[in-house]
Amino acid sequence: MEKLFFLMFAAVAIASGLAVVTARNPVHSALALIVCLIQVAALFVLLRSPFLAAVQIFIYVGAVMVLFLFVVLILDMRKAVLQAFPPVKKRFVVGVILVLMAQILAFVFVTPMGLSPAGGWEPTVESIGRMLFTKYLFPFEVVSVILLAALVAAIVIAKERR
Amino acid sequence: MVPVTWYIALSAVLFMIGAAGVLTRRNVIVILMSIELMLNSVNINFMAFSYLLGDMTGQIFTIFTITVAAAEVAVALGILIALVRSNKTFNVDEIDALKG
Repeated sequence: MEKLFFLMFAAVAIASGLAVVTARNPVHSALALIVCLIQVAALFVLLRSPFLAAVQIFIYVGAVMVLFLFVVLILDMRKAVLQAFPPVKKRFVVGVILVLMAQILAFVFVTPMGLSPAGGWEPTVESIGRMLFTKYLFPFEVVSVILLAALVAAIVIAKERR
Repeated sequence: MVPVTWYIALSAVLFMIGAAGVLTRRNVIVILMSIELMLNSVNINFMAFSYLLGDMTGQIFTIFTITVAAAEVAVALGILIALVRSNKTFNVDEIDALKG
């Protein structure tokens, strides 16, 4: 049953990922990326981490993708939409990517990995928070400073200069 | 029970799709979205190994990755708006103001 759900989510994730890359209109790309991110959140639930799934949906789908859609709507993209893919080197790039993918998949499936996850492992909000504020307190503070810097930088850069 | 290998294979496929998008597309916004796709495949990898090893560190790193990705998108879209305002183009091949 779990395998069935995994295959369903994975198939939709790969299909929408391909749509992100191949769609000509950036709005279609953004909507396909939203579908893909929701599938990834569903995979997080399958990995027994509902908190991370909620974070994924809140931040990625709720904040990041809405920001993308706003920027696509603010900027006039009609001319960019009409531009075709560059004909040069596209087939070459796709070939290289396919070879790399086959290589990685071969490595992944050849490497012996334990299949049974460690039992009794339940990542609750409490245990994640406890770890975040004890063992990983310094990285946590660094990340919060990075967020503040990004916030200020985004406003300063996007502001109109006179 | 889903084998962890499947998750890693899925994340490899998604990463390669994102890499192909970065290499073949010329629209800045679509390239940024492809980078988001690659970051997400990395998150799947972190979560899968966290599940396999019963270790919480993967979850913490996923939170950090999501935060840094959000910061990156905010700054990148700010730069993009300023750039399009002055350059009037979305094609990365025409954005070469930093070239010496």
